[in-house]
This record gives sequence, structure tokens and C-alpha cells, in this order.
Amino acid sequence: MDSLKFIIVGHVDHGKSTLIGRLLYDTDSLPHDRIEEIRRKTGDRNGEREFAYLLDHLEEERQQGITIDTTQVFFKTNVRQYVIIDAPGHVEFVKNMVTGASQAEAAILIIDAAEGVKEQTKRHAYILSILGISQVIVVINKMDLVGYGQDRFNEVRDDILRFLGSIGIRPISSIPISAKNGENVVRVSKKMKWHKGPVLVKSLDLLKSRIISEDKPLLLPIQDVYKMDDKRISVGRIETGNLAVGNRVKILPSGQITEICSIEYYLQKKKRAFAGESIGIVTRDSVFLNRGDIVCEAEKEPVFTDNFSANIFWLTKEDFRKDERLTIRCATQETSCKIIRIGRRMDSSSLEVIEEDACILKNLEVGEVVIETKKPIAIKDYNDVQELGRFVFARDNDICAGGIITNSRGKV
Amino acid sequence: MNYLDKLENQSIFIIREAYAQFRNVAMLWSIGKDSTTLLWLVRKAFFGKIPFPVVHLDTSYKFNEIYEFRERYAKEWGLNLIVGRNEEALSLKMGPEKGKFECCTMLKTDALKKVIEKYKFKALYLAIRRDEHGIRAKERIFSPRDEDFEWDYKNQPPELWDQYKTKTRTEEHIRVHPLLGWREIDIWEYIKREKLPIVSLYYSKRGLRYRSIGCACCCNPVKSNADTVDKIINELKTSRISERSGRAQDKESAYIMQKLRSLGYM
Repeated sequence: MDSLKFIIVGHVDHGKSTLIGRLLYDTDSLPHDRIEEIRRKTGDRNGEREFAYLLDHLEEERQQGITIDTTQVFFKTNVRQYVIIDAPGHVEFVKNMVTGASQAEAAILIIDAAEGVKEQTKRHAYILSILGISQVIVVINKMDLVGYGQDRFNEVRDDILRFLGSIGIRPISSIPISAKNGENVVRVSKKMKWHKGPVLVKSLDLLKSRIISEDKPLLLPIQDVYKMDDKRISVGRIETGNLAVGNRVKILPSGQITEICSIEYYLQKKKRAFAGESIGIVTRDSVFLNRGDIVCEAEKEPVFTDNFSANIFWLTKEDFRKDERLTIRCATQETSCKIIRIGRRMDSSSLEVIEEDACILKNLEVGEVVIETKKPIAIKDYNDVQELGRFVFARDNDICAGGIITNSRGKV
Repeated sequence: MNYLDKLENQSIFIIREAYAQFRNVAMLWSIGKDSTTLLWLVRKAFFGKIPFPVVHLDTSYKFNEIYEFRERYAKEWGLNLIVGRNEEALSLKMGPEKGKFECCTMLKTDALKKVIEKYKFKALYLAIRRDEHGIRAKERIFSPRDEDFEWDYKNQPPELWDQYKTKTRTEEHIRVHPLLGWREIDIWEYIKREKLPIVSLYYSKRGLRYRSIGCACCCNPVKSNADTVDKIINELKTSRISERSGRAQDKESAYIMQKLRSLGYM
């Protein structure tokens, strides 16, 4: 069965946990001993009180600290299974939201119909755009508070669509729901007959799972090299493309050309391997590979450079100052680098430009920057190949920022 | 690539990433279904020759079947096995009747501390999964523990794409969780596909089987007639009782698991 991971984001108290509770409850995805326990305690079967109790139970878990961080929950429809990444809404937990969102294939952006678009709504939407999550469903929740009225729905929807348009996100659908009462989540609402689009789970079922890029040229970043008997096996995961015994490949950074002698699996023999597979290779000639080397197709190799443009998201309380050296990690490559220009420094929720040609970046700010690495690295534009188009910065071994490459060939 | 292939390849990627970062590592093998699955993935990642020790924390209260399984497969798979026991606490007759929280802390967490102290491991592989317990759901794949083994779950480092935390001087060790995204049913589907041997306690005898195993005194079987892997998979698909419902330490107090884990429990 197919599977898909999505994240629910939005302003605090706009109904993320109620929606999760509703999805689990209405798709019958909760352990039965738990439901029985709730029924015993509330003396209620299938009623409002039971659902309210379930939410309290989930809420209690939240208070114990369970969704201070990112949590994953599972449910299933007839089409596929889902993993929900539950992201906290408080501003101090943006770091955790980014962690959750970086694993997601799609997102639900939830907005309170009464309150409308708020600061965190925009910040979270912007993070989605930075992380390249293009599949977004907008849900306007708490429609019960606004009398299930179409006018209010249109107003909030137009407001968010305008903002999303400005950051390049085109949502797949916009759905009026009441998570609390179960309207338009799994069940079609009789109170909002004016809504002609799908209910939420139908819309989820229409999303696409992450496509593994087999049709692109080969990229195999080397993780490690193991000496086994008299063989040197270089291991890694094929990020894009595929590989076959006998293929001639190029190794970056050395530029050497060699041939694939064998593809190694435990207790298996294979002549060909595809994107997404963690494999081992043995090469002909005495080519010595190391962690951080990129095995690719000659003539179709990635950009090999020490200077490129990126958007970065600063994720730690200690500011970045322009003369500081950072460690950059891109796939398995790692080197030291400097940010030689912060073209623009922006507030991640309002997208307001705080400063042009800045010298500093603070927590939760976004910078349009030019990076200069100590040694050249193999990269791609994020829009072309995500796996070599994204990177993190580390400071004292802690990840302090994430970024995506906007122009691999240097300054814009 | 199907769903199980995706999980397998991602886990092998994580296993190799941790070994590349830390080198001086070990794997915890409780001999349950999850860690036996992890052990298989580790063997795959290193082409059958695991370059580090496998640690079994022995409370002395485990089921006989667990000890038999350990002896048999440690030999068959050529494992470098370390058995970690808190002999001091055992000589003082520590046991569950003295309090389950105290017992788990002394015989498991403290036994682990002794092993780490002795071998100076920088990272440990553990087979925990997000779906088995609420408090495990918020784990990172690479999760730091400080010198007191404490887990600061309110302030975890971000984990973006496949870039993980590396160890700093202030941390005792990093816990590595290659199975975090697997569910109970995925484990069983994988056991079936790979034909992995599993402790017989998981299979039904006289209408009862264990869904989760640990110490004999603190595990209760569930009613079940599933005596083959296929039947277990079918059972998981149709009836839904939470997996750890037979585990004493989860029920005794709503917070006991969180307390145990913040002190360094697995």
C-alpha cells in the first residue's frame, strides 16, 4: 500500500490537535482498548462527549510534553496509509516545526474561520515554501463559530490565497471544515452544501507521494568505505538516477573516471540499482573513494563550485555575524564556509525586508545570501535536484540553519 | 520501490550514517522483534560482518526463551555480544517487588550506564519506534543524552532532511533510532518477507501470545490464536489493542515511561 507523510501547520489554537483527533476518530484508527476506556468513562458511544474526552486525553499528552516537539501519528484510508506529523504552533517551537516539515511530502494549512490569517499562519506557510513543499491543502476550521457561512469562508480564503500566491504556493484545494463537529473532514457536511469541492480525506487521497527521481542523471554521494576481506566497498544511497555493473562513472571532487565492477548487497546479487537504494559499490582501477565523494555520470555531472546563492533560514537563538565561519553539509559533503553577502534579511512571518546588504541574521529570520566554501562542492539548484540543492549549516556540531540553493552558479 | 523497501533503505542509510560519524558504537539488542529486526538491518548494512558489539541488558528476569534465542543466534550470526548486568543491584536482590520504577532504573538504565562507562561508546543504536508509545513519538533519529543520561526533549536540535546531530563534548552519547518511522505491522511484514527468526513467545500457545516482550514478571500475554507470522499480521490488521497494553511499566502511572526515559531508559 502506498504511504504519504504530511504535516499540519497553522497558528496556535486554530485547531491542529482537534483535526488530528477527528482524522483518527473518523477513520477508525485508534486502538480499541483506548476507545473502550473512553466509553467506559463517559458512558457515551459515538457521541460528542466521547470525542471531547478523546481530545482531552490527547491534550493531556500534549501537556506532558508530547507535542512540544514533533509527533507522528498514523491513519489509513482506502487509498493509502498516512503519517501525520504534528507540529507545535508556538513561535519558540519553529525549530521543531521545520524538523517535522522537512520530512513531509505535503501540508495542511489550518486557519480559524473566526480569527482569520495570523502571524504563525504566514510564518508556517513561508517555511513550507522554503522547504519546497508544494502540495498544500488549506482548511478553514471552526466554521461552526461563523454559522457555516460561505461569505466568511470566501473572505478568509481570499486572504490566505493572496499571501500564498506571493510566496509561490498554489494550494490544491481550500476546504471549509469543523474539526470539532466532523464537518467535511471525512463526512460530507450537510450544513455547508455550498461547498462543491472534496472533503479533506478525499483531497488527501488525491495528493502525490514523493517521486523518486530515477529519470535524472546518477548522483551517488558516498557515506563510507568498508574494507571487507580484500575488497573496498564504498557505500551510499543513490539519490537520483540509476547504476549498473559496467557503467563508466565520474568521481567528484577528483574528477577520475572509473567503472563499476560490482554492486554489493548482503546475500544478494544484482546488476542494477535505482534511486532510493542504499547500496555498496566496488570500482575498477585503484580509485580510492572517501566519504563526501559524489559518484555521477560524466558530462551530466552536478555543478562543482565554491560560490553559490541560497535562501537560508536561521534557526538558533545565537545570531549569525558575517565574519563567522560555519560548517556546511550538503548530502554527505562537509566543508567550512563563509557567507560573503547577505543580500536581504527578512522577517519570516511578514516577509518584510528588515535590511538590505546586512551583516547579521537573527533567530527565525530568512536571508538571501551568497556562500563561499573553502573547498568546492557538488551542488544543484533546489528546483532541479532537491537532494543536492539543500544543505544545513552547523556550528559546534549543532545544526543552526537550513538552506536551499537558488542559483548554483554564483551571484544572481 | 515498495513501502518496505523504502523503510529498509532509509534504515540502512541511518545505520551507516551513524557508523560514519561515530565509529565507536554499539547496538542494544533486547532480543524482541524490533531489535532483532534492527540487528538484521545492521547485518545488511555491513554485509554480514557487524563491526561493533551488540549489547544485551540482562536484568536476570527475562524469559527463558529469550536467553535461549540469544545464545543460539549470537553464535550463528557471529556476534560480538556484551551482556550488561548490574551485578551490584542483583546481589542486593533488586527486583520488581521493590518497585517497578526502581527495578527498571537499576537493572536496565544503570546497567547501560556501566556498559557505556566501560566501553566509552559514543553512540548506541536502539530499535524504538514512534508508534509504540506517546513519549517515544517525539524522538529524533539522532538523539543526544547528557552526562547524566538525561534527555532534554524540550530543547532538541533540529533535524533537517537527512542531516543529523553529531556529538559535542558536553554529551555523553547519541542514541540512534533507525526504526523510528516503522510501525508494529511493518515490523511483522518485514519479518515475514525476510524470513527472520523471532522468539517463540510472540506465537500463540493455548490461546495466548505476547505482543511485546521484556522481563517475564512484567509482561502479560494477550488473548490470541495467532501462531504464525501470517496470522499475527492478520490479527494486527483486524483487531486493534494497543501494542504495549501488556507492559506493566506503561500502565502503572501515566508518567512512569516519561520519567524513566528522561533518566536514560530506552
